[in-house]
Amino acid sequence: MHIHKYEKIWLIFGIGCLFVFLTVLGVSAFAKGNQPPSCLTTIDPEKVDQTPPFDKPGLAKTGNNEYQLNMVASAFAYTPAQVEIPKGAKVTINITTKDVIHGFEVVGTNINMMVEPGYVNSFTKTFDKTGEYTILCNEYCGAGHHMMTARIKVVDK
Amino acid sequence: MNDVLKVDRRDAKLALAHIYIAFIALALGGLAGLLQTLVRSGKFNLPANISYYTILTTHGVLLGLVLTTFFIIGFQFAAVSRTTGAFSDRNRFWGWIGFWLMTIGTAVTAFFILIGEASVLYTFYAPLQAHPGFYLGLTLVVVGSWISGFVLFVHYARWKKANPGQVGPLLSFMAVVNMVLWLICSLGVAATVLIQLLPWSLGLVDQINVLVSRTLFWYFGHPLVYFWLLPAYMVWYAIIPKVIGGKMFSDSLARLSFILFLLFSIPVGFHHQLMEPGIDPFWKYVQVVLTFMVVIPSLMTAFAMFATFEMYGRSKGAAGLFGWLRKLPWGDARFFAPFVGMLFFIPAGAGGLVNASHQLDQVVHNTIWVTGHFHLTLATTVVLTFFGAAYWLIPHLSGRIMTRAMNRLAIIQTIVWVVGMSFMSGAMHFAGLLGAPRRSAFSTYANSPQALEWIPYQIAQAVGGTILFIGIILVLVIVTNLAFFAPKGETEFPVAEVAEQAERTPLVFENWKLWIGIAIILILIAYTIPFIDMIQNAPPGSKGYKLW
Repeated sequence: MHIHKYEKIWLIFGIGCLFVFLTVLGVSAFAKGNQPPSCLTTIDPEKVDQTPPFDKPGLAKTGNNEYQLNMVASAFAYTPAQVEIPKGAKVTINITTKDVIHGFEVVGTNINMMVEPGYVNSFTKTFDKTGEYTILCNEYCGAGHHMMTARIKVVDK
Repeated sequence: MNDVLKVDRRDAKLALAHIYIAFIALALGGLAGLLQTLVRSGKFNLPANISYYTILTTHGVLLGLVLTTFFIIGFQFAAVSRTTGAFSDRNRFWGWIGFWLMTIGTAVTAFFILIGEASVLYTFYAPLQAHPGFYLGLTLVVVGSWISGFVLFVHYARWKKANPGQVGPLLSFMAVVNMVLWLICSLGVAATVLIQLLPWSLGLVDQINVLVSRTLFWYFGHPLVYFWLLPAYMVWYAIIPKVIGGKMFSDSLARLSFILFLLFSIPVGFHHQLMEPGIDPFWKYVQVVLTFMVVIPSLMTAFAMFATFEMYGRSKGAAGLFGWLRKLPWGDARFFAPFVGMLFFIPAGAGGLVNASHQLDQVVHNTIWVTGHFHLTLATTVVLTFFGAAYWLIPHLSGRIMTRAMNRLAIIQTIVWVVGMSFMSGAMHFAGLLGAPRRSAFSTYANSPQALEWIPYQIAQAVGGTILFIGIILVLVIVTNLAFFAPKGETEFPVAEVAEQAERTPLVFENWKLWIGIAIILILIAYTIPFIDMIQNAPPGSKGYKLW
C-alpha cells in the first residue's frame, strides 16, 4: 500500500516520539523503581480489625528515620484521622478497607491509591517539608464520600 | 457500485427513533450536569433531599451510555442503508427489536436510579450494590445493541455476496468495524453483570470478587470510548471531505486506521487500574504500552484530515503555506462544528497520554482532571461531531432542509460550546492538578486550606456548566426544528469520493478472520496471566453494601 512521503515523515516522527516516551516510562518504572502502587497482599475484609498490622492502626517506627503508617478506611472515615510525622521521615503507608472501595489521596503529593476490599495497598514517601496535608477519599463510596478525610502533619523533630 | 443516494424511508424511521432518544437523553442528562456544577460551586443545594450522587449517576448513564449508544446506532443504520442499500424487512424488524430492548432497558435503569435504588454511578463498582433492576436494565441495553450489531453484519454480508470481489463501501465497513469492536468489548461487561453482579444482587450468592468485576468492567470501559470516537472518525474521514466540496485523501489509510483501532483499543483496560493493589506492575506496563499504540491511527487521522483540507484549499487556488485555511467553509455548521471538535482533540489526546502513563497518572488519578479530560474527548470532540452530523442527517431522514437561520444558530451553538467547555474543562484540569477529586459533592474537607484553594475553580466550572446548558438548549431547538418544523425538501446525505491519485483499496482489510484473530491474540496476551493470577490469589469475597 502506498503511503504519501509527507505522511511517512509525519508517522516516523510521531511513532519515534512515542517510543522515546514509552522508554522513559519504562526506565523510570523498572530501573528507577517508580512503579504505581501494587502491593499484591491480600487480607480478609471482614477481619481487618484482628489482622496485624491493622489491629493497631497508626504510625510505627521500623528503623532509623523509617516508619510504617498503617491506616484503615471505612465508610466514611480513616483510622487514624490525624497523624504526626517527623520531618524527613521515610514513611511506608499501608492501607486497606473494611467495606467498599475507597480512594487514598494525599493532596499535593504523588500518593494516590485505590483501596479495595481484600487487598492491602502500599506506597513509600519521604516527607521533606513541614506542613499539613489533607488526605481525602477520591473514589465514590456512598452518601458521605465527600466528608471522608484525614490529616497528616509533618512536624520538626 | 449500486450507490443509493437516499436512505430508505423505512430505514430512516428506525434511525430517527434512535436519534430522538439520544437527544432526550441529552436534555435530561445535561440538566443533571448543570445541577452538579452548581452544587460543586458551594453556592447551591439540591431541593427536596435529592442526592448529588443520584444526579451524578443519572448524568453518567444518560450521557455516557444512552446518548452515545443511541446516536451511534441510529447514525450507523442510516450510513449503512445509504451506502449498501435498504435493509430487508426482516433485518429492519430485528433493528426495531434492538431499539425497543434498548429503550425499555434505559427506562428500567432510569427508574431505579431516580427512586434512589442505584446511586452507584455509571461504573457501578462492587461491592456497592444496586437494585437488581438497575443491572437488568443495563443488560437489556447491551443485548439490544448486540442485535443491532448483528443486523448490520447480516446486511453487510449480503452486500458482499451480491458484489463478489468488491471492496465494501467505506462507511459501511467502518460501521461494521465499530460494531465488531463493541461486541468484543461488551462481552466483558456482560460477563460481570450476568455472572457476578446480577446473581449477587438477587441474593443467589453472598459474595463477589471485586477485582475480577472491576477488571471485566475496564476490559469494556476503555474500548467503550473508542466505540464513541469511531463514529466521529467516520464523519471526519468519509463525510466531511464531501461537505467542504473536496475529496478523501486515501480510502486504504482510513481503513487501516480503523483496523488499528480494533486491534489496540481492547487489551488496554489496566491503564484505568494503575493505582490498584491487586495487579502486578509489569502487566500494568504491558497494557500501558498497548494503550499508546492507538496514537498511531490518531496521527494518521490527523494527517488525513489536514491533507484533505489542504488539497481542497489548493484546488480552489489557495497560495502560501496556510492560504488553504481561508478557503474552508467556515460559515457551514456541518463543517464548523466537527472541525472545532477536531481542534479540541489535540489537548484532549495530550491529556489522555498523561492519564495512561504509568507514573503521571499518580498525580491525576481520580481527580477532576480526568473529568475535564473526557469532557474534551467525549463531550466536545465526539459530541460536536455528532451535532454537526445531526445538522444534515436529521433533515435528510425527516425530508426537510436546514434554513440559513438554523445554520447560523448552529454556528452560535458551536461557539457557545467552545466558551462553556473552555471554562468548565479548563477549570477541571487546573483544579485536578491541585488535587480536587472527581465524583464528589461540595466539601471543604474539614476546612482544609488545600481544599479551599479549589473553590474559585469550582465556581468557574459552574459558570462553564451554565454556558454549556445554554448550548444544550440551542442544539435542542435546532434538532426539534430539523425534525418537525423546518421547510420540507431534500437534504443531501454527503458521502465523500476518493481523490484521483489515491490507489485502489486492497481487499485484505475485509479479512475479518485475520483481524479479529489478531485482536483476540492481543487480548489473550494482555489479560490471561494477570487474570489467572487474580483468581488464584483471590482474597475472600465481599458482601453487598448500600451506603447511600
